[in-house]
Amino acid sequence: MRREIPIAICFLVGISFILEYFIPHEDVLSIFETIRQWAIIVIAFAYVLGIANLVRINSHVIQRKGRDWPYKIILVVSLFFMITVGIIFDIFGIRLGGIGEGTIFGWVYFHAQYPLQATMFSLLAFFIASAAFRAFRIRTFQASLLAVTAILVMIGRVPVGESLWADFPDFIEWIMNVPQLAGKRAIMIGAALGAISTALKVLTGLERTYLGGE
Amino acid sequence: MPIISSAELQIQSNNEFFPSNTNVKSNPFFKVLFLFLCFLLIDSPLSFAAEDLSESWFNPNRLNMLIFLILFFAVIIYFIQRAKKGKSLFIRRIAGLDAIEEAVGRATEMGRPVLFVPGIEDVNQIQTVAAMIILGNVAKMVADYDTPLFVPICRPFVVPVAEERVKEGYAAAGRPDAYNRDNVRYISDEQFAYAAGVQGIMLRDRPMANLMFGSFFAESLMLAETGFLTGAIQVAGTANIHQLPFFVVACDYTIIGEELFATSAYLSKEPKLLGSLKGSDLAKAIIIGILALGAILETLGITQFTRWFFIE
Repeated sequence: MRREIPIAICFLVGISFILEYFIPHEDVLSIFETIRQWAIIVIAFAYVLGIANLVRINSHVIQRKGRDWPYKIILVVSLFFMITVGIIFDIFGIRLGGIGEGTIFGWVYFHAQYPLQATMFSLLAFFIASAAFRAFRIRTFQASLLAVTAILVMIGRVPVGESLWADFPDFIEWIMNVPQLAGKRAIMIGAALGAISTALKVLTGLERTYLGGE
Repeated sequence: MPIISSAELQIQSNNEFFPSNTNVKSNPFFKVLFLFLCFLLIDSPLSFAAEDLSESWFNPNRLNMLIFLILFFAVIIYFIQRAKKGKSLFIRRIAGLDAIEEAVGRATEMGRPVLFVPGIEDVNQIQTVAAMIILGNVAKMVADYDTPLFVPICRPFVVPVAEERVKEGYAAAGRPDAYNRDNVRYISDEQFAYAAGVQGIMLRDRPMANLMFGSFFAESLMLAETGFLTGAIQVAGTANIHQLPFFVVACDYTIIGEELFATSAYLSKEPKLLGSLKGSDLAKAIIIGILALGAILETLGITQFTRWFFIE
């Protein structure tokens, strides 16, 4: 029963969400909206699992004074600091609690986490440059084709391309909309069918390895 | 533990979709296909006119999707039944999946750990489910080789599923004592905080094999490039086509789109799962046929065929 009940729930919920796509009746849609809200609540509880995992692993390292243990202290303290300032009430009229702008939580988010994330994202430019350098090394016919096409697309997308040949931008649009898009859509169709097939296997209980406890 | 040997993957042409002695007229698939094509020459009832459907029990503009879904499910169930009867089914070799064991073996030789990144989406995403299926097989492999396995997680809901899969993999290898719960780590829900955390693991612990399967976005290249810099063998797989070029460039092997979903059948070789794979392949062949037919008919000015495939 440990596996049959989850499979039955999975089947019923999965099939009903497939039916939702075909039934536009407002009563039915409102039921599914309620179920979606349940899902959000259940997912919110999962954060407790995440926090427990984080605290357990890092507290082990701190207790043992393992590698990088001072950083683990900062991590755990920061975690509980943010939770605390996010939920505490205002004291003596001073706005301390909450998560919006003007709160301690908001200040830390916008002045610490946000710039740090932007820094990480900006590193992507350098990663793309190094990856492109390797990709464009002409060693095989396919690599040559890739490099030539990439150079043409880059030239065609900037003003110098149009000044060299008036129809250059149109030619680039053709490359992007015909051969490039055809390849892309072929992968998309295959992936979509694979996803539907996997979903069917999960719904019917053929694929049950994700449940564990074999 | 070999995943699948090349000898087992010999092409058996008479075991493809239809046996060589198939009589076209008597084959139920050709009958269904013929009826389907005849049906498509009738003008489509899809109107897409602005009307209030809030009191209707069926959206007629999605009839085409319903027909496709029923046909697709029927095809898959047919092949599953066929496989259950013991018909052998050929599955082509997927180099990326064969490379997983090679990467784990190399990590063992070098005395370095294996890193498994299951993407950054929640467990309700089908790609994450596919990643969890692969994780179980990888866990069994690393348990056999006695190599540490790190699994950094982005979504808290994935943590118990991943823990269970890894634990089960170790148990299946007969080494439940070797399972270390602390190696399945929740990092962060924030995309770039997670990327930074995984990059940190790559640079500090220097895993020799980086296995990245699931749904990835902008962090894909950050992870793959960092892994490349550490000299690890990298195998990645995703169905997010916008991230595939990055993996192709930075990884040793890339599992493209549908191959990710074929993994469980490929690794387990279970007939029921292979049957569903075969069903997907036939559906793809039908779609290719419909696309070609649609292109020809549109060119000839016959438009009712393509109108069947409009989606609201």
